[in-house]
Amino acid sequence: MDSMTTLASYGVLILPLLSFLLTGLWLGRKNWIASACTATFLMGLTFVLAVILALGYRTQILLHPELYPSATSVAWEHSWMTFGPGLAAHIGFYLDPISVMMVVVISFISFLVHFYSIGYMKGDKSAGRFFPLLSFFSFSMLGLVVSTNLIQTFFFWELVGAASYLLIGFWYTKPSAVAASKKAFIVTRFADAFFLMGMLVVGTQSGGFDFLHVNDPAAAVILNRSVGTGMFAFNLLSVSTVLIYLGAWGKSAMFPLHVWLPDAMEGPTPVSSLIHSATMVVAGIYLTARLFPLFAAAEGTLRVVEFTGAFTALFAALIACTQTDLKRILAFSTLSQLGLMMLSLGLGGSSEGGAVQTLAYTASMFHVFTHAFFKSLLFLSAGIVIHAIHSNDIRDAGGMRKSLSWTYAATLIACLAIAGIWPFSGFFSKEEILQSALKGGHYIALAAGLLTSVLTAFYMSRYFILIFHGTKRSHASEHGHDAHEGILMVLPVLILAVPSALIGWLGKDFFLAHILPYTAGASAAGISESHESGSFSWLVPVTSILIMSAIGAGWYFYGRKKWSAGFSEGQEPGWYRVLRNKFYVDEFYGFLVRKVAARFVATPANWTERKIINGAFDETSGVFRRLAIRLCKFQNGQVQVYLSVALLGLYALYWIGRMVH
Amino acid sequence: MNLMGCLVLSVALFAIGAFGLLTRRNIIAALLSLELMVNAALINFVGFSRFGGPSTGSGTAWHMDSQAGSLFVLFAVAVTAAEMALALAIVIALYRQRKSLDLRELDSLHG
Repeated sequence: MDSMTTLASYGVLILPLLSFLLTGLWLGRKNWIASACTATFLMGLTFVLAVILALGYRTQILLHPELYPSATSVAWEHSWMTFGPGLAAHIGFYLDPISVMMVVVISFISFLVHFYSIGYMKGDKSAGRFFPLLSFFSFSMLGLVVSTNLIQTFFFWELVGAASYLLIGFWYTKPSAVAASKKAFIVTRFADAFFLMGMLVVGTQSGGFDFLHVNDPAAAVILNRSVGTGMFAFNLLSVSTVLIYLGAWGKSAMFPLHVWLPDAMEGPTPVSSLIHSATMVVAGIYLTARLFPLFAAAEGTLRVVEFTGAFTALFAALIACTQTDLKRILAFSTLSQLGLMMLSLGLGGSSEGGAVQTLAYTASMFHVFTHAFFKSLLFLSAGIVIHAIHSNDIRDAGGMRKSLSWTYAATLIACLAIAGIWPFSGFFSKEEILQSALKGGHYIALAAGLLTSVLTAFYMSRYFILIFHGTKRSHASEHGHDAHEGILMVLPVLILAVPSALIGWLGKDFFLAHILPYTAGASAAGISESHESGSFSWLVPVTSILIMSAIGAGWYFYGRKKWSAGFSEGQEPGWYRVLRNKFYVDEFYGFLVRKVAARFVATPANWTERKIINGAFDETSGVFRRLAIRLCKFQNGQVQVYLSVALLGLYALYWIGRMVH
Repeated sequence: MNLMGCLVLSVALFAIGAFGLLTRRNIIAALLSLELMVNAALINFVGFSRFGGPSTGSGTAWHMDSQAGSLFVLFAVAVTAAEMALALAIVIALYRQRKSLDLRELDSLHG
């Protein structure tokens, strides 16, 4: 590592933090435009440093497998909190293919989102508060991906949660935004508690929190033992990995903890873009990938990962077909894509030959990579549409093709990318996921992935056609006085369109060659046996035909037959209502909280509080109060009574003195 | 008359004074009783001065000159006279305000 690269690695953490402090404590209060420009400039600089770091990493580590067999290094590490001998929290900078990849992606997207926000937040009174939070969010996520150990990961994990809470509830005068931010925080915190437990089990039982240590096959061997007896006997490895996975479960919004993500769109659109593409939700996927060697040792955990992913992918894709809120459609599409990523990680387990199948891991990371670009593009372009029509409702949009022509083109590219049309980026990553499912013999996952891809193509064509084609529906879009594209907002969208279109094609070979789940110390040779791709050549035409026909169906229904986004009042069939209401999961939680929890937990607890605890205190204090009232009677103001008592007291003292002697 | 006689007289006077102080309702009578108690104490002084204290030997730290007791009594009588004058002045002021000298009615310090 030369000094340039080390310097860059410090810079990518320090600059966003500096931006947060500078704009948060000083500039944001004075002048929002100065704070916006400073934050954007610093994030741009962060991106430049990230590129320098990535190039340095590539030439010095990645291309020298003889020096770094696992392509992993720690750029720097400082002791941060010392708890006791042998137990200290370190803060460091981990260099491996996925951390460097994430640093580049996060800083790139965060820079563009900052840039876009200058245009988006113009005219908002609290814009000065927005940029520091955005920088803070980026800083937290960058710190998370470069963590060298579980404690640092957890620390930044919570910072990411706190930042997303602040940003989702950015418009805190809106009750729905406040509710959404609370929901996001509580749901992810609930999951984080399990992460903490799992982390402590892994750290204390395997003897260290460092990833280099935890991902060593030896750590899995130490953990792989039975503890407890009888009914409570369980395998420590399975339990701890499932607990850690539960943290990722909540952060990456897998069913049934997905409820916070669709509501998170209450925040400003740039925030949604950041949350959905590079920062918040990817954290869960990233954690699972980071600990992949440990997870791969626990077969059962990988099955859990696989099936939660598969179910969420399908579940969310079905819901996305019926939503009418622009950002909600995109939110469910994120859920569905996250499901695919998780599913793919779960496929990475050992197949029949005993070798760990690493293609699935590569495919998952590849999908994280490509998804970041086209999903942030989709959200940013949705923000432009929302600005133009002053509504989040897809039924108010329509016919925006002429007035928002640049946005139209960029969104088209992103929609083709997410649907998985060759040669756009989503095609390559999705193809790898399906290939690895087929290769590992996971036919349920394959079916779920295929069905999800088909549904994705359908709802994205619905989304696209309803917004940009057809006739103008809303008042605002009719007049079109606001329907112009500000250059500040269109430019990032257009920049994002380039990687959305090309990055899959350009990046595929690199990913297949280098993004591998290296175990620390061990060379990748042993585990990359089943790492060739494209062995099932019939899969590509089949999926492509399915996806094309789904797009065709979308075009036919919404373009030709001009279906509107939903059924009119009273004509809605039952199954559609179930889908539109998101399978009533929120209502179920509402029932759980208001009825079950309130009746069986809160009411008895309240009774105990009032009757037993408060009652005991009231009774005790009552005894003393009544005693005091009695004693008050002696204080009657009669001098002679006082004197008598004094004399009696004197007499008593005399007798006490006698007895003592 | 010996020391014991003096002490018995003193105790009797003190008891009468205390009884009067605790039972009489008239303030002036209570003051008189108080005076009796003071004088009971003074008789002790005189008695010990005249018949000697518990230790008549020389050289003990608390042995005092036999004249000192009598002198102290004379001094105390003067002080008591002044104190009584003050007390009676208060009683007169009280009577002017309350038109009553009943000790049981003076209970404005009750809790």
